[in-house]
Amino acid sequence: MPEDPATSSGGCEVIELSFVVNGEPVTLSSDVRVSLAEILRRDLRLTGTHLGCEHGSCGACTVIVDGLAVRSCLMLAAQAQGADVETVEGLARGDELDDLQAAFREHHALQCGFCTSGFLMSLTARLREGPVVSEFQAREALSGNICRCTGYVGLVDAVLSLAADSGKEPLK
Amino acid sequence: MSQVETTATRHVGTSMRRREDHRLLIGAGKFLDDLDFGACYEAAVLRSPYPSARIRSIAVERARQAPGVVAVFTAADLGPILQDLPPKVTHPSLNRQPRYPIAVDAVRYVGEPVAVAVASNRWLAEDALELIEVDYDLRPGVGSTASALAEGAPLVHEASDTNVAVHIVQQSGDPDAALRTAPHVLRDTFVITRGGGHSMEGRAVAARYDRAASQLTVWDATQTPHYVRHMLAALYGMTEDEIRLIAPADIGGGFGPKAQFYGEEALIPWIAMHLGATVKWIEDRWESFISSTMERSQTHRMEIGFDDDGRILVLKDVFEHDQGAYCVGLQVPTITMSTLPGPYKIPNIHSELIACYTNMVPTSSLRGAGRPQAVAATERMVDRIAEHLGLEPSEVRRRNLIQADEFPYAVGLRFRDGSPLTYDSGDYPALLDGALERIDVPAFRTEQAIARREGRFLGLGIGMFVEGSGLGPFEGARVRLTNAGRILVTLAASPQGQGYETVYAQLAADAIGVDIEHVEVRHGDTSTIPFGQGTFASRVTATAGPAVHEACLRLRAELLAAGAVALGVDPDDVTLGGSSVSVAWAPERTVTLQDLAAVSNMGRHGMSVDPRMPVAIEATAYFKPLRAVYTSGIYAAVVDVDVETGMVEVVRSVLGHDCGVVLNPMIVDGQMYGAFAHGIGNALYEEAAYDEDGQPLATSYLDYPLPTAMEVPRPELFHVVSPSPLNSLGVKGAGEGGLIPVPAAIANAVEDALRPFGGRVNRLPLTPARVLAAIQGTTRQ
Ligand code: FES
Ligand code: FES
Repeated sequence: MPEDPATSSGGCEVIELSFVVNGEPVTLSSDVRVSLAEILRRDLRLTGTHLGCEHGSCGACTVIVDGLAVRSCLMLAAQAQGADVETVEGLARGDELDDLQAAFREHHALQCGFCTSGFLMSLTARLREGPVVSEFQAREALSGNICRCTGYVGLVDAVLSLAADSGKEPLK
Repeated sequence: MSQVETTATRHVGTSMRRREDHRLLIGAGKFLDDLDFGACYEAAVLRSPYPSARIRSIAVERARQAPGVVAVFTAADLGPILQDLPPKVTHPSLNRQPRYPIAVDAVRYVGEPVAVAVASNRWLAEDALELIEVDYDLRPGVGSTASALAEGAPLVHEASDTNVAVHIVQQSGDPDAALRTAPHVLRDTFVITRGGGHSMEGRAVAARYDRAASQLTVWDATQTPHYVRHMLAALYGMTEDEIRLIAPADIGGGFGPKAQFYGEEALIPWIAMHLGATVKWIEDRWESFISSTMERSQTHRMEIGFDDDGRILVLKDVFEHDQGAYCVGLQVPTITMSTLPGPYKIPNIHSELIACYTNMVPTSSLRGAGRPQAVAATERMVDRIAEHLGLEPSEVRRRNLIQADEFPYAVGLRFRDGSPLTYDSGDYPALLDGALERIDVPAFRTEQAIARREGRFLGLGIGMFVEGSGLGPFEGARVRLTNAGRILVTLAASPQGQGYETVYAQLAADAIGVDIEHVEVRHGDTSTIPFGQGTFASRVTATAGPAVHEACLRLRAELLAAGAVALGVDPDDVTLGGSSVSVAWAPERTVTLQDLAAVSNMGRHGMSVDPRMPVAIEATAYFKPLRAVYTSGIYAAVVDVDVETGMVEVVRSVLGHDCGVVLNPMIVDGQMYGAFAHGIGNALYEEAAYDEDGQPLATSYLDYPLPTAMEVPRPELFHVVSPSPLNSLGVKGAGEGGLIPVPAAIANAVEDALRPFGGRVNRLPLTPARVLAAIQGTTRQ
């Protein structure tokens, strides 16, 4: 039987990392060259964060690091040392979707769902800065992520519905 | 729209929220690379950096010694599976050239697999690839169909004396005579460049072999699980039962490229068997750009003859289709051939295909599959007729449309499924009227004239299409009463975002008459249903739909019969509802489906059962469509062209569609919106450019712009419903119609905007450079 494939690092330099993910402190060792996305997906099995391009263009890998939406494919895991990381797995309370997730479902903002986590995290970061009240603002907020399935209609509607729910009329 | 999850409601036709969404929203989707395979090796593929070269030698020893590397494979190690992979769709006159899972002694496109490294992780496998030395003998490449057909062109396949892959002509009437006698004839050439599918999840394959069970399990992010299993069984000399092909529950988009069979799909399971380990390969985006099949590149030379009223007398089109380095299938160009006539009555047609081998990634179906190109030729010429005669383009269309009472309408050609091109149903005038109700043409012309005086250039463009969908040969569904008393619907076809778990539960709940809560839908596992075709060509609703319906009606009959026996009454005296069977005239006398399962499915070992009692309550149905059904639609666009920058803004979009009966309006509209966005990309942005030799110039999203929410406007949708007479549900395909007319209509709109300049935009996509060139009266490649 060959060496255990799961454990060989193949001689790459390994470092110790500690950071917080969705409120839980984690400590692990990682190849220095590995991205934050890979650590989340492989080591922590938080596979909701997806890799669509690995060159910073599609936004599927978006997570929130110290309050800012970042592309976890472009960030080395080593750069997350000591950081507070939020991923899509942290949004729902148990089985209960948060408002944005529920709005996605209500407005058919996802089809294949591969891009969905990235949109949720980009928008979560954006909505913390203030409400999105016009279609133009919604499109701006969505424009850093790519979806190939939905044509963005449901995504725009989902974002605007949150403004409507909070009593602000969405502007056209 | 409100959530409908109650009994006694009809579910079909309502916008039920999707059952798939919850897991996807909480980050618990089951995409292939999200699955936990336990200990698993990872593969990386060495790909040709050259469009055309002979391979003199490959040295892999250093790579084999690299850290973490388990094995390295080249053609030299893969003897048993170095077999010619057959094209998915072929033709008797195809100049068939072999396509192997991995390059044998030559490479013919940048991206062609040359070697595979397997290591403890992807990075170490990629490191090993850098240690492989390939000695290439470079040959000149062919980077377009024009150069493929040029005198003295380099040969893509040296064993052949031509780059022509296939040359097919279809005719109806007497097109040559009609062209000689037509009062007016116009000619032009239209070029559509390459574009890709760009599902956000790339291709992916994982496999393991269980020696004890003699079972090869393959996970594949494919649109066509049974097709892949069938290809693997043939390649490996195994039976279909020895291979379990699983398309994971979630697949991150398909759009056509995932409905083909690739070298990697042949290699990875074989390597897994060979190593006795689990092995996976996940296509990264760079690989997707240079190895997933693409589409679209065609050059159309069209002639159209018409009378003084603008009635089309004859249409002649000779088009070059870029097949790429190998023939994966001829479905795309053969679909183009029969999509040319569209919704019009054209008595004389000449449709001629010249498909060429080139040194680029092989082409195959991509959402729209040959149709947007055909529409981008014919619909452009319809506008030219209007221009020539000084008529409104919508009026020329109106005069030529097939009327609602003329179905079935025989066009006089054959469709790609081999059947006569006979439209089943439709109402094309209603589509045109629907668009014109929403865009008031006379008012627009006034607005356009005023804008022009202010130096703003608005244009209106229309595109109409007829799309053969719901193709055969068959699709299947299995419906069963589970031991827990639930209804399990198993589909042979698997989805990539189309919401099958929801739509087919709606269909099944209605057909059986049970509470939808008791219905569950599963798909994508060949071990649960033996035969199937897959998701492509907008076919599933119109093939799996009737199959599910039929199986459910049979299951309902069994449940009623079982209930009647259990309740001791006549089968005519029972009803089915919720999750139980009851006596019609004494509803308090009832038996649950779970109790029936205990008797009919489980029974008591060795004990006899009432002879009237149905046992093993299950029904399987396969639906074989007689021939394709025909979806139709229209797109009308208003654009604003900035004549300083060449930028095109789409300011108004009306999209009308007729896919017969709609099962879930929310999901169908979602298909329209998504396809529309892809159409916007094809019209204005997306181009997989290659240089003259076949070197790709766009291999990242920095060079290949996919439209974002800023570029894709919200189209106004409307539906016309012409049920298909060819299946029990009256449905037709809906996955592609939102895309097909978009490039044509936008090009028409841009040309309308540029009419004061007389600019022609004959090459898609309409990049700012091309639009500026049209304004300046030059043409730009
Ligand atoms: S995967 Fe990170 S931006 Fe695409
Ligand atoms: S839902 Fe498929 S990419 Fe967005």
